[in-house]
Amino acid sequence: MNIDSIKNGYVLDHITAGKAMKIYELLELNKLECQIAIITNARSNKYGRKDMIKIDKLIDIDLDIIGYIDPRTTICIVKNDKIIEKKTLSKPKELINVVSCKNPRCITSVERSLDQVFILKENDKYRCKYCETILEQE
Amino acid sequence: MRNLIDISDLSIKEIDALIKVAKDIKKNPNKYNEKCKNKILGTLFFEPSTRTRLSFESAMIRLGGQVLGFSESSSSSVSKGESVSDTIRVVGGYCDIIAMRHPKEGAPLVASNKTIVPIINAGDGGHNHPTQTLTDLLTISIEKKKLNNLTIGLCGDLKFGRTIHSLITAMSRYKNIKFILISPEELKLPEYTKTEVLDKNHIPYVETTDIEEYMNELDILYMTRVQKERFFNEADYVRLKDYYILNKDKLVNAKKDLCIMHPLPRVNEIATDVDDDPRACYFKQAEYGVFIRMALIMKMLEIK
Repeated sequence: MNIDSIKNGYVLDHITAGKAMKIYELLELNKLECQIAIITNARSNKYGRKDMIKIDKLIDIDLDIIGYIDPRTTICIVKNDKIIEKKTLSKPKELINVVSCKNPRCITSVERSLDQVFILKENDKYRCKYCETILEQE
Repeated sequence: MRNLIDISDLSIKEIDALIKVAKDIKKNPNKYNEKCKNKILGTLFFEPSTRTRLSFESAMIRLGGQVLGFSESSSSSVSKGESVSDTIRVVGGYCDIIAMRHPKEGAPLVASNKTIVPIINAGDGGHNHPTQTLTDLLTISIEKKKLNNLTIGLCGDLKFGRTIHSLITAMSRYKNIKFILISPEELKLPEYTKTEVLDKNHIPYVETTDIEEYMNELDILYMTRVQKERFFNEADYVRLKDYYILNKDKLVNAKKDLCIMHPLPRVNEIATDVDDDPRACYFKQAEYGVFIRMALIMKMLEIK
């Protein structure tokens, strides 16, 4: 299967198989007008199977979202057909307005203009800043 | 310390200092009756509460201060759709310190970010209730004369009971504490409290559904009410509300110096035949709540 290389944009590589669509959704890539390729279940020497996303435009990407969904993902920044930077990710210490607290008793369910904030705790889990409910990752 | 949102906002040293002041207030109340003269406490109770609100009001009045506020959200602008942030911004201009209860978890934290007036969390949903914990610690300190080397039985709703979660967090910082967790399967202590508080601090605990199984080992038996307002399903509440009823018969094997505590209000979980037992400490516990709140208000207003 051939997919054209990109001139200026991003290659999100080594995504855990099955997680590309979640990244696509949370980064709201459906709102872009440029070409986007989503490759799922590609062969990977390192991981067996992996997903990839190619974005044919240099846009502002929220790395925290990708780090939250799948910190294994690597990001190649392509300019004029060349990879000029390769980024590795880690789980962000704080998630702001990425996901919403599911606890119906949480103040974020009723208070207007309140950011949804989750904080990474020692056990590698996120907790709502306000009600401390654990964020169950999909 | 500007706000008290969670019991962990206080170090053990600060808690010990508050307990020391509270004991002195109990002994010499007249010494403190003008400490908060010309100060105003705002009691913002977005959810009804008798004990906590009245004990805060009593505490401030006994310190010579004054009180304003509301006792349920229907008598405030909240009923008109006002947000917590707006209410706090406004009321912050009317008083020197605020005690706030709200049914939504995290509301006091939101409030604390909107005003320079110190905020005391007087209970937020099933989340935290730090002044109840301070009351509990003072009660244990007075009745058992120590806060270390204790086997503590916690009985009833360990899942939603905010006083339980805060008490476990607070007691886990003292030495040689053991917990006996007594609850129906459906109301067991949440896993995260076990892993993040008990296991992390190497606190031994056992779980049981039988209130009498470990009765002879207990130094403290902390009973709780199954709270109707925490259930979404009425049938579950009805099934679990009278799961434990402590009565004289169940205390046959208990230690002579057992301390029976309850945050109150009590419904059926402690039979009235226990009330006259010298081991019943729950009414004294409610009284001690005023002394510790007096000490806390003074600390937060930086009054010596």
